[in-house]
Amino acid sequence: MLNVSRETILNCLLALTLLVVPFIALSLDEPFYVTLATRVAIYALAGVGLNLALGLGGLISFGHAAFFGIGGYAVGILASHALNYEPHFSSPFELEGTTQMLILWLVAMIVSGLAALIIGLFSLRTSGVYFIMITLAFAQMIYYFAISWPAYGGEDGLSIYVRNGFPGVNTLIPINFFLITFGVLMSALFLVATLRNSRFGAALQAARQNEDRLSAVGIKPFNIRLATFVISAMITGLAGALFADLNRFVSPNMLSWHTSGEIMVFVILGGVGRLFGPVAGAALFILFEFIFGGLTEHWMFFLGLVLLAVVLFARGGLIGSLAGKVRYD
Amino acid sequence: MTAALLIEQLLNGVQFGLMLFLMAAGLTLVFGVMGLINLAHGSLYMVGAFACAAVANFTGSFWIGLGASLAAAAAAGAIIEIVVIRRLYNRDHLDQVLATFALILIFSEGTRWVFGSFPLFLDVPELLSGPVSLPFGVQYSIYRLAIIVIGCLVALGLYLLITKTRLGIRIRAGESDRAMIAALGIDIRTLYTIVFALGAGLAGLAGALVGAIQSVQVGMGEPVLILAFVVIVIGGIGSIKGSLFGSLLVGLVDTMGRFLLPSFFKLFMDPSQATSVGSALASMLIYILMALVLVVKPKGLFSANA
Amino acid sequence: MTDNNLAIAPVLELRNVFKSFGALKATDDVSLTLLPGEIHALIGPNGAGKSTLIRQISGEYSPDHGSIHFLEKDLKGSGVAARAQMGLGRTFQVSSLALEFSALRNVMLAVQATEGTSFRFFKPVMKDQDLIDAAMVFLQEVDMQSRANIPAAELSHGERRKLEMAIALALKPKAFLLDEPMAGMGPEGSKALTVFLDKLRHQAPILLVEHDMDAVFALADRISVLVYGRIVATGTVDEIRTNPAVREAYLGEEV
Repeated sequence: MLNVSRETILNCLLALTLLVVPFIALSLDEPFYVTLATRVAIYALAGVGLNLALGLGGLISFGHAAFFGIGGYAVGILASHALNYEPHFSSPFELEGTTQMLILWLVAMIVSGLAALIIGLFSLRTSGVYFIMITLAFAQMIYYFAISWPAYGGEDGLSIYVRNGFPGVNTLIPINFFLITFGVLMSALFLVATLRNSRFGAALQAARQNEDRLSAVGIKPFNIRLATFVISAMITGLAGALFADLNRFVSPNMLSWHTSGEIMVFVILGGVGRLFGPVAGAALFILFEFIFGGLTEHWMFFLGLVLLAVVLFARGGLIGSLAGKVRYD
Repeated sequence: MTAALLIEQLLNGVQFGLMLFLMAAGLTLVFGVMGLINLAHGSLYMVGAFACAAVANFTGSFWIGLGASLAAAAAAGAIIEIVVIRRLYNRDHLDQVLATFALILIFSEGTRWVFGSFPLFLDVPELLSGPVSLPFGVQYSIYRLAIIVIGCLVALGLYLLITKTRLGIRIRAGESDRAMIAALGIDIRTLYTIVFALGAGLAGLAGALVGAIQSVQVGMGEPVLILAFVVIVIGGIGSIKGSLFGSLLVGLVDTMGRFLLPSFFKLFMDPSQATSVGSALASMLIYILMALVLVVKPKGLFSANA
Repeated sequence: MTDNNLAIAPVLELRNVFKSFGALKATDDVSLTLLPGEIHALIGPNGAGKSTLIRQISGEYSPDHGSIHFLEKDLKGSGVAARAQMGLGRTFQVSSLALEFSALRNVMLAVQATEGTSFRFFKPVMKDQDLIDAAMVFLQEVDMQSRANIPAAELSHGERRKLEMAIALALKPKAFLLDEPMAGMGPEGSKALTVFLDKLRHQAPILLVEHDMDAVFALADRISVLVYGRIVATGTVDEIRTNPAVREAYLGEEV
């Protein structure tokens, strides 16, 4: 018996559309849309990270810009050292910069994960409104640090002169770079889907539904949440790394609290806790920006109105309205 | 480093702290009474500053502008409470965060639409311009001193309001038991609107007062909002006393950190490096302070139910 | 009274436990033991501090003074999860379940917890037949197998109580802490549960907080009576029935 839910069909359609649009754009000689689709994929990836913590774990992090920005800066800093032939430090061992995406991604994820470990150790001791405010505050701390630390551009940001390389692929060709980001996005979605169905995922979702129940069976919610927060940050950090390569530029803006808010908006517009929610949400966001941004420079005003309407009247986001409520097996 | 300079910086810290208090008091009241986290509180600060600047420039009087800032922010607060916020009291914190984030987008972009992207300037009133001589040879801006006085008066006024008036009794009842005040037959909707407008008015006042020493521009409220969050986390959500204490602590630590840390690092580093390390660390200092408080008291120093 | 029993090491032992909230002494010098194979009932009027005491044993509250030993280990400093891992299986007075999960998945969570780490990231739980089968056994024990795939939110009150019990069983605890398991079960349900608990004592001793006096008198080997945070009497069913202090303080009002 073929048992395919409406959500699965919707997910496949979303993935397929995102994959096909850039090729259609290319055939119509409209390369701009390839970049647009790449942005959707990267924003979606950042959202996939947050959705793991927020949607599955119920952790309302308002500080994911920190990880997005850290991922970006990791790439920017390593690449700038590589281009200047200047090692980061020479003792006890020499660490040089690199322009290999795979290594850059790894570093971006490790650094974001470490940052999340430290932030999580403090913020996960609290819950509710405290958690929201504390994650926001820590992200702001890193933001101010990036502004006031002059070595890597401070307020002006840091340019990456040549897009970093990927083995066997010319990343300078937009469609190639799009395919790389698309591949990363799909892998992250697969990872989150796997986690969701695993024992770890069961404990995580139980922690969201009823923390006392989880403790009473002998599983410490704190440990599960901390691990989730770290994985979530690593995914968002990876998105930041790709974003840096897309723009060939990183700035404190990536770390700003507006970015945290926007990542959250991707997740909400698409549907909290839905696997493809961030993909739908990021696509809606970019579409909105593209259409209304062309009509008025004050498109954010209308985004605010739409967001307000979604929160007040259309809970569940796009996937929620199209595929109904979440059902567990 | 002279004693006079040190005293001046201490006064700056107190002044900054008291302005944070005007923001934090409203936030913490709204959370304590209605259980709502309001990100758009910074927008009300901005509304106050813009109203003051626009009215002061039009009428030529800072004082009319100051009155206008209170009125405009309180009115804006009352309107968003009635139109949006009241639908959020029974929602989870995620919905509250998103809806009030949406309000920020609307307020910021709306203000940009009306006033343009360039900052407005608000002059310090003639009466309060120039320095005043204080003991120990300190020359200090009269205006900043006036801000300190106003901040103290507001703190005192809030204390009297909460402890001595009927409104205060209702607010305290609302903090301890929401069902009870409804049972007492108090019109809870009106009470909520009044509390929200009160918090908004204080934020607007702070925006106007600070607007005269900084520039009045879109987005000016958000950094202050986040600092106010730090204050509340340190002081304990819902506690006015905690927010006063937290505000002064954050104001002083931030100001003194920026003042002292670069000099401190100069003791054992070369000057340019010391300045950058010192200022980078100073910018993080209050967050480190917050983290330390969280380790010791996860619910804040003056938490109501510690 | 209990001195003859001291030869056998108690599974759970509270020594001079105090806990106050402000001026209210919720737990006032409580000492009690739970011996292997017994059902020790804790009774007392509303507000006597039974739930506060249970929460100190389960680890939600920590006592101001005194110690709680479980399997001869001091529980001080161990959190709720650690105590559950050590073998304290509790049920809640008001059902506490993962409401979006099915009954089966609620039990699977408990089985997964007893099997060791939850840091397994890859194998889907719903394809883990061993885990499902193991959980099914406990659902069968409480006669809930036909409701296995219903979300907990959609179960009736009585079914949720049964599910709580199945979860407690799945933890294979060394002692049960049952906080008013009969609450809201109706006479039929209570009777069935009484029979069930009577057998359960052979698996592990039970500290039973209960208002249903028929059940308590039918099941308990020993009864402790808690009034205003103090234990006014501990003894067998007969001793408690005839104890004048108990009749005055407690049974006098109830019966």
